[in-house]
Amino acid sequence: MHAYANPTRFLAIARPLTPWLLGLGVLLVLAGAWAGLTQVPGDYKQGETARILYVHVPAAWLGMGGWTSLALAGLIQLVWRHPLSGIAARAIAVPGMLFTALCLVTGSIWGKPTWGTWWEWDGRMTSMLVLLFLYAGFIALTNGDEGQRQGGSLSRGAAIYALVGAINIPIINRSVVWWNSLHQGPSITLRGSSIDNALLWPLGLTLLGFSLLFGAIVLMRMRRIIADNRVAARLRRLADDEGAIA
Amino acid sequence: MKAKHQRLVLALFAVAGIAGAGVLGASALRDEAAYFRTPVEIKSGKAVVGEPMRLGGMVALGSIARQSDGLTIRFVATDGKASVPVEYTGIVPDLFGEESGMVADGRMRADGTFVADRILAKHDERYMPPQMGDMPKNMKAPTAT
Repeated sequence: MHAYANPTRFLAIARPLTPWLLGLGVLLVLAGAWAGLTQVPGDYKQGETARILYVHVPAAWLGMGGWTSLALAGLIQLVWRHPLSGIAARAIAVPGMLFTALCLVTGSIWGKPTWGTWWEWDGRMTSMLVLLFLYAGFIALTNGDEGQRQGGSLSRGAAIYALVGAINIPIINRSVVWWNSLHQGPSITLRGSSIDNALLWPLGLTLLGFSLLFGAIVLMRMRRIIADNRVAARLRRLADDEGAIA
Repeated sequence: MKAKHQRLVLALFAVAGIAGAGVLGASALRDEAAYFRTPVEIKSGKAVVGEPMRLGGMVALGSIARQSDGLTIRFVATDGKASVPVEYTGIVPDLFGEESGMVADGRMRADGTFVADRILAKHDERYMPPQMGDMPKNMKAPTAT
């Protein structure tokens, strides 16, 4: 495990990987958007509004996947004190929150013509809004804290917060099954998809595309934190040297 | 036991504890977090006449009847086990239609009719192209477009 703990070794992989993830991600999202907007028919009932799912579903998946990775990073930080885990958690928080917000906004835009309302306090929407607030809390907790000045590790409190917040993920997932809700039940399950194949395939493109983009953003943010650490370390050394001369 | 392993065991216990608490909390909320009541719940006495509540169900086939004032509609909401007559004055969402889900805000009247102040259309999890939606085995699209 500690073979990858070394930031230098991490950078050797992350540097060449970033442009590939970014380029492929943008390409797939564009292809998925083109296919979703022009190549597939609208839904038999909703018509054109159904097409928003090509953004909404990847956004929801990344919002939830983001917190799952954040919680894993928190666990690794707590148990193994892996130097990259805190950096990864910090890097994930902002894009995770962004995609959660995108999910809520696209859902709201879809909800108005479909349900007849922008917002309702049903289980799915409420738990997703809680996820947005969890991200905001994590960012507030970790931004500018002691760990950020000392290499990017998470404080014990922040790591525990990430773990506790993870309980919301299965709740979001099950909210439409456990409780009567306005939001429809899951379309894509282990048993298959109730979205017809004719409408489904652009979702595969955008899902993969947005995921690669998310990965690229996280890698870029991790590299930035590592670069900041190095600048800080160099400045400290310089200051020490000058102190020695004076 | 190394400190690392101690921390791992501790963290796993904590995670299990949190998960257990979450499941208990969620199941305790089962009734309270429901967004709407179903007709069978209303028939079994969960509705108090005159109290604001939400009713959700399928609009029964052939039940939508427009009243002479042109704005009021009556229909039957069903969950397959029980059904409740609903009355509503106002504009319904485009996706509102027979054999399709809906959620109504309102209250029960003493005569057993649910009087709605607002109606939302509920969409189901199926997405398909229009040609397939027209096939006889599938749900018919609503008349309003």
